[in-house]
Amino acid sequence: MDFGRISRRHLLQGSAALSLGAAVGVRPAFAAETTIGFIYVGSRDDYGYNQAHAQGAAALKKIPGLKVVEEEKVPETDAVEKTIESMINLDSATLLFPTSFGYYNPHMIKMATKYPKLRFEHCGGLWTDKDPKNAGSYFGYIDEAQYISGIVAGYTSKSGKLGFVAAKPIPQVLRNINAFTLGARLANPKATTQVIFTGDWSMPVKEAEATNSLIDQGIDVLTCHVDGPKTMVENAARRGAMVCGYHCNQSALAPKAYLTGAEWNWEALYPKFVKMIAAGQEIPNFYRGGLKEEIVKVSPYGEAVSAEARKHADDIKAKLTAGNYVIFKGPITDNKGKTVIAAGTERGQQDPELEKMDYLVEGVIGATS
Amino acid sequence: MADGSIGLWTVPLAVFGGAIRVSTPFLFVSLGECITERSGRINLGLEGTLVMGAMSAYGISYLSGSPWLGVLAAGVTGALLGALHAGICSLPRVNDIAVGIALMLFGTGLAFYLGKPLIEPTAPRLPAIDFGWWSDIPQVRAALRINVMFLIGVALAPILYWAFRTTRWGLLIRTAGESSDAARAMGHSVLLIRLRATMVGGFLAGIGGSFLSLFYPGSWNEGLSSGQGITAVALVIFARWDPMLCLWASLAFGGAAALGPALQSVGVTSGYHLFNAAPYILTLAIMIITCSPKRTLTGAPAELSITR
Amino acid sequence: MTTEAADPVGAVGAVAPAAEPGFLQRHGASIEYILIPGAALVGALAVFGIFVALFGKNPLDLYFYMYQGAFGTWFSWQNTLTRASPLILTALCTALPAQLGMVIIGGEGALLIGALSATSAALALQGAPPLVIQIAMVCGGVIGGGLWIMLSGGLRQYRGVNETISSLLLVYIALAILNHLVEGVMRDPASLNKPSTREIGAANMIGSIPGTDVHWGLVFGLIAAITAYILIYHTVFGFAARVAGGNIRAAKIVGLGVNKLILTICFLAGGAAGLAGMVEVAAVQGRTNANLAAGYGFTGILVAFLARQNPLAIIPVAILLGGISASGGLLQRRLGLPDASVLVLQGIIFVFVLASDALYGRVGFLKGKS
Repeated sequence: MDFGRISRRHLLQGSAALSLGAAVGVRPAFAAETTIGFIYVGSRDDYGYNQAHAQGAAALKKIPGLKVVEEEKVPETDAVEKTIESMINLDSATLLFPTSFGYYNPHMIKMATKYPKLRFEHCGGLWTDKDPKNAGSYFGYIDEAQYISGIVAGYTSKSGKLGFVAAKPIPQVLRNINAFTLGARLANPKATTQVIFTGDWSMPVKEAEATNSLIDQGIDVLTCHVDGPKTMVENAARRGAMVCGYHCNQSALAPKAYLTGAEWNWEALYPKFVKMIAAGQEIPNFYRGGLKEEIVKVSPYGEAVSAEARKHADDIKAKLTAGNYVIFKGPITDNKGKTVIAAGTERGQQDPELEKMDYLVEGVIGATS
Repeated sequence: MADGSIGLWTVPLAVFGGAIRVSTPFLFVSLGECITERSGRINLGLEGTLVMGAMSAYGISYLSGSPWLGVLAAGVTGALLGALHAGICSLPRVNDIAVGIALMLFGTGLAFYLGKPLIEPTAPRLPAIDFGWWSDIPQVRAALRINVMFLIGVALAPILYWAFRTTRWGLLIRTAGESSDAARAMGHSVLLIRLRATMVGGFLAGIGGSFLSLFYPGSWNEGLSSGQGITAVALVIFARWDPMLCLWASLAFGGAAALGPALQSVGVTSGYHLFNAAPYILTLAIMIITCSPKRTLTGAPAELSITR
Repeated sequence: MTTEAADPVGAVGAVAPAAEPGFLQRHGASIEYILIPGAALVGALAVFGIFVALFGKNPLDLYFYMYQGAFGTWFSWQNTLTRASPLILTALCTALPAQLGMVIIGGEGALLIGALSATSAALALQGAPPLVIQIAMVCGGVIGGGLWIMLSGGLRQYRGVNETISSLLLVYIALAILNHLVEGVMRDPASLNKPSTREIGAANMIGSIPGTDVHWGLVFGLIAAITAYILIYHTVFGFAARVAGGNIRAAKIVGLGVNKLILTICFLAGGAAGLAGMVEVAAVQGRTNANLAAGYGFTGILVAFLARQNPLAIIPVAILLGGISASGGLLQRRLGLPDASVLVLQGIIFVFVLASDALYGRVGFLKGKS
C-alpha cells in the first residue's frame, strides 16, 4: 500500500480534478488534512448494512492525511442536510458519503447544488445527467453474490424450498430475491423461494416470526434482505435450517448452519475512491460494479456445502469475476407467467432496466404488492 | 404431507406459536404495570425499562455466561428504574405520566448508549423446554418449544389475581389505589406502598425485556422492542386492571403479531402493512366495543390519574 | 369512563398555570417559571457531564461542543431552528388537549395523516397556481390531522375509550395506512427504492425564509403557538376550556358544551400536528414517504410537558430541544459519543424539570394547588 505517499500536493491536485466539472480553475481550500464525512441511517454497529459501511470508513482511517468524521442514526429528513452542512462548516469536510438511499433526493442533491466545490458520493442512488456534477452515486451489484448464494442454497436444500425474509418490495430487494432464485434453479430447476416482507428495515420480532413461518412451510434454507440479518440467522439456525448471510459475514453466529453469504466490500472501494482522487482521476458519477470490481464478495463456504455445490458456485463466480456471465438472460418469466425478459435479450448488470425491477421471477412465491 | 409442508394449517399454528413466543414480554410488562396501576400510579416508562432490561440481561449473560443471571440483572435494573419513577413521583405535584415519558426516553437512551458493544457478540440464551415430544409434526414441535419464563408468566397471572383479592399486601395495594386517604387512615404510607408496587412492576418489566434478548427473537439490537413496552401498558387499561385479562390480552396480542407474516407465507400478500398493524387495530376495535361512556371502567383504581 | 373522566386535575399536574384563574398571579410567578426550569436545566447538564466523565470524556468539552453545535455560529442557529420548527407544531398537539386534562400522545399519527392529505390535495390540484395549491395543502394538512385526533377525542367522549391509548394506537395505524398507500395506489412508479407518492412539484414548495436556510415551517409554528396562547388565555373559548379542564362540574353549571369543547380542541391539536406534516412535505421532502415518520410527534410530547403545556413556553423549549439534537452530531464527531447520548440527555433534562415541579410555590409567592 502506498497511501503513505499521498502528499498534500497530491491531494490538492486531486481536489482540483474533483471540481473540474463544477468550477474549473477554482481550487477548494483544503485543510492540512482532508476530512471525509460518513453518514449512516442506523447504528453503525448493526451487524449489517451500516456496519458494512463503517468498516469501509475504518479502512480510510488507516490512511495518513485523512480524517474521517462519522454520524450515525441520521434520519432521512432535513436532518441529513444539516448534518452534511455541519460536517462542511464545522469539520471542513470536503468529501461526503451519505450512505442511505433516502438521503439522495432531495436532500443530498440540494447540498451538492449548494456546495458545488465539494464532492458527494452517495450509496445506492441513481445519478442522472440532471443531477449536479459534483455528486455521484455508487452501488454494488450484490445480486451477483446473491446468485452464488442461490446456487449453494439450491444444492443444499433437501425440500427444494427456500425462504427469503425481505423488508420492502423495492427494486434493490426484488433484484436480490430474483437473483437468489435464478441461482437456486440453476442447481435445482424445481426450487422455489418463498418471500415474506416485514414492512421495514429493522423489525426483529417480525423477522423472527417470518423466519418461523417460512420454516413451518417446510423451507430449509433461508436468506434475507433487512438491515440486520442477525435475527434471521440465529432463529433459523436454532430451528435447524441453513442460512445464507447478507451485508456482512455472519458465520460466527451459526457456524454449522451458515452456507455462504452476499457481502459488501466497501473496505476495498473507499480506499480506491480516495486513491483515484489523489491520482487526479475523476470518479465516474454513476459508479457500479460487482464481483469483478470487488465491490461485493461472497462469504467463504460453510462446512455443510457439498463439493458439487462448491464446484458449480466457484465456476459461476469465476465467470462473473471475469465479467463474461449474465444473470438476467432471457427468456425469463415472472411468477404470474408474463415474459419479462424476452428470449435472446441479455440484461447485463449495467442495464438501467434492472434498476427498475418490479416483478418476481418464476419460482418465487410471493407478490410485489 | 410428504414434503414437510402443512399448507394452510400454518396460519392457525403460527398464531398459536406466536401467541406463546411473542406474548411473554407483553405478559410480564402488563402484569407488572397491573401491580403499579392498582396502587394508583401509572408508569409509562416501562418501554424504557423493557429495553434496558433486554440490554442488561444480554450484557450480563454475555459477561457471566449465565443467562439466568442475566434475567436477574434485568429484573434488578427494572426495579431500580421503578424506584426512580416512584421517587420522583412522590414529590408534590409531579405528574406520573410525564415522569413515565421521561424515563421511557432515559431508559431507551441509556440502553442504546451502553448496549453498543453488545450488538455483535453472542450471549448464552435461555433454554427451551420441548413440550411437543408427543407430536410427529416438526411444526407443532417447534411451536411447543416453550421457555420456562412463559410458564412463570402464565402462572403469575392467577397468582396475582388471587393475591389482589385475598392477601394483605394485595388489599393494601388496592386501598392505596382506591383511596389514599383510606390507606393513610389505616396507618400506612401511601408513598411507600406505591414505591414497592412500582419497583415490583419494574422488576417484572425488566424480566420481560430479558425474554426479548435472551429467548425470542433472542439477540440485542436497537430495534428490539419497537414499542412493545408502551403497548403492554395500554393492554393493562384494555384488560381492566385484571391480571387474568392481562394474560388473555397478551396472548391475543402475540397471536395477532404473528398473523401478518403467517398470512404471507401461505400466499395472502396484499395489504401486508395493514395485517402487520393488526394488533393495534384489534386493540382499538375491542376497546371501542367494550368501553362505555355511561360508566366508569370497572376495576379502574380511583386514584389513577389516567382514569380520573 | 364517564364524562367524569374529563375531570383531569391530577392528570396533567403540569397545567397548574392554566388552572389558576388569577391573571396577576400568573404574571407574578413568571420569575419562578424561568428560575426553576433554568436551575433544573443546569442540574441536568451537570449530571450528564458526570455521566460522560464516567466514560472518560471531558465534560467541559461536552458543554463547549453542545454550545457550538447548537448556538455557536449562525449556521448552528439555523440548524437548531430548522429542527425546532416541527416540534413547536407537534407539541401543540399535546399541549392543547392538556388544557382540558386530556393526555394525547398521538401527534406522530396526526403528522403522518396530515402529510398524506396535504400531499393528496396538492396532487389533486396539479396545474393550479402555487398559492392555491399551498393553501389547499395547509387546509388538507390541518383537516386530516385534526380529524385524526378528533377521532381520539370523540372515542373518549362518546365511547369512553381512553384517549392516551387510542391516540397511541392510532399512530401505528396511521403509519400502516401511510405505508400501504405509498407502496400501493399512491406510489409514483418512478420512486424506485424509496416508495413515495408523486412529487408536489418544485414550484409548489414553500421554501425558506429569505436570508436563511430555515424553512417557513418555523413561522407557521410561531403563529400557531401564539394563536394557541391567545386562544387559551385571552378568549371566552379558552376560558371555558380551562374551566372544563379544572372542573367538569363547574363547566356544566355554567352551561358549557363539554363535548363540543373537547372535539374542537382535539381538532385544533391534531390540526397543528397535521400542519407539521404538511410543512415536512411542502418545505422538505416534496412528497410523502416513510421518511416522514421521523419521531417529531413523539419529541413534541416531551416539548409540551417541558413547557408545562403552555403554548408560548413551547417556543423556547422547542428551540432548546432543537439545539440539543443539532449539537448531537458534533458530540458524535468530536467526542465519539454514540447517538444515544442525545436521548440520555433529553431523559435527564426531562426528569429534572419534572422533579422541579415540586419547587413551585416554595420559591416565590405563588401557592401551588395541592
